[in-house]
Amino acid sequence: MRLNDIEQAMLGGKLGEPRKWAIEQQMRVGRFFDAQDFVPISQVHLMADAESLGPIGVEFLEDLAKAPAEHRRVRVPTITDPRGIDFDAYRRLGQTESMAGLEQRAIDAFRAMGFLMTDTCINYQTVSPPVLGEHIAFGDTGSTIYANSVQGARSNFEGGPSALAAALTGRTPRYGYHLDEKRKATRVFLLRDRPKDLSDWGALGGVIGRKLQSYWEVPAILGVEAPPTSDELKHFGAALASYGTVALFHMVGVTPEAPELPAVIDDEAPASEMIAGDDLRAFYASYGGGGDKLDVVVFAAPQLSLYELQQLADLLDGRQVHPETSVLVTTSPEIKSAADRMGLTQRIERAGAIVLKGVCFYQMHAREIGEAMGWKRLMSNSAKLVNIIGGYGYVPSLGTMAACIDAAVAGRVPEKVA
Amino acid sequence: MPEERLIRGHVGIGPKVTGEALVADDYFSARYDLDRIQGVFSRPSHKLHGKSYVGKVLVLLGAKGGVATAWMLRNMVEMRRAPLALLLNTANPIMAQGAAFADLPFMDRFEADITKMVSSGDQITVDPGGGLVLITKKR
Repeated sequence: MRLNDIEQAMLGGKLGEPRKWAIEQQMRVGRFFDAQDFVPISQVHLMADAESLGPIGVEFLEDLAKAPAEHRRVRVPTITDPRGIDFDAYRRLGQTESMAGLEQRAIDAFRAMGFLMTDTCINYQTVSPPVLGEHIAFGDTGSTIYANSVQGARSNFEGGPSALAAALTGRTPRYGYHLDEKRKATRVFLLRDRPKDLSDWGALGGVIGRKLQSYWEVPAILGVEAPPTSDELKHFGAALASYGTVALFHMVGVTPEAPELPAVIDDEAPASEMIAGDDLRAFYASYGGGGDKLDVVVFAAPQLSLYELQQLADLLDGRQVHPETSVLVTTSPEIKSAADRMGLTQRIERAGAIVLKGVCFYQMHAREIGEAMGWKRLMSNSAKLVNIIGGYGYVPSLGTMAACIDAAVAGRVPEKVA
Repeated sequence: MPEERLIRGHVGIGPKVTGEALVADDYFSARYDLDRIQGVFSRPSHKLHGKSYVGKVLVLLGAKGGVATAWMLRNMVEMRRAPLALLLNTANPIMAQGAAFADLPFMDRFEADITKMVSSGDQITVDPGGGLVLITKKR
């Protein structure tokens, strides 16, 4: 890789050990993907919950944080993805002091490096939305795909170590979705029936994601007649990224790089593949219903916007969650604060649900929580969450927000979910 | 003489190792698919469900899922709950970033579908620096 003077200085250790580690990590990745050089970035979003970090990862962060301030401070604004502990609620979720202790150590290290602890995966809605053509290093699949696709920014999936490295160097290897030629559509899907509910948009992302084979596939979606809302695109993108490990989509007539299909096609357009309502119904059915006792309903992945919290409060008004079912709702600290101020949190919690801030369910030691609380049957309106959570020992079902609330009140998974 | 086959791939990450293959035409995510304490595949729908991956050269189609694997591989290596190496037909950045952070042998972009060239139980030498894989078929 070609290095400029400052990059050479980092590699030579002249700007401290953390930056030397960082640029070496980035060069290993850059060479793997045949990057020729680095591209400066304007902001970093880092995923580093304590479950993923583990004790080894936390010790690594603490070592970096011991360096002199001029060596350890991040070079661009750097914010955080949801964490694993809500310090106001962790005990009643069966999380341990050991988990909380590991979390606190990670937070202390991040603060020492100059991180802004936003603890959110909806930063593209709530912190600093990227703009068209902005080179960034985003570290959550949902935030990356939204920033790339809906906002036209440029990022690869930057997993924790690489997002941290990008924060320390202020740049990232120029490969993948930083390059014009990689942003062209490779598959075309034609939407016949417009999704209605947020979970339908998630299901659509899941249906398309299951058809894609690699990170390097870029789907273009035709047939979306009117712009979806930000929350609809959020659920669609998060599920698409989760099921398909995809970081970019074009929605023709909606997203900024695709006013028309030819704008994102190099030569001849691939044959379009039809997606219809039956595909979405089959997707819901793949998770089943069953009539079983329902242990927990989770609204998360991505964290809820203020609008989603209002919708949830409206659905819960005058109702009570079944005593043997738990309902968890996650959002960012800033949106939680707004929801508190506007009375939404109180309305949701009056019905028996719990609103958590700065966390996301699958990043909270979900296996251990399930074992501590006796939770196995889970229901969510997040297609992304039901994709992830099976590996943690849960049996998930997907439903609309309204169906999830009905199920939580009844205490049972509905016989039919779609 | 055991049957041997040399396969070329893109230059990878990590040191040269030799070990036993564990193969499936399925995908990989440390968070979605694994019980990292027990060292087994825990996702019920995964084709290696219930199988131990510890110390094996894991051969799969590609990466799926989220970003957590980038942190998790190093923890798995240090806790001795990691595969010996990881071979994918197509990497995503997360797997490469995680392998670089963990110094875990990792390769992709082979001359043909690697999951069809190797069977579980075969011995494999993975040479990421040379972009080479030597397969010795089990008898």
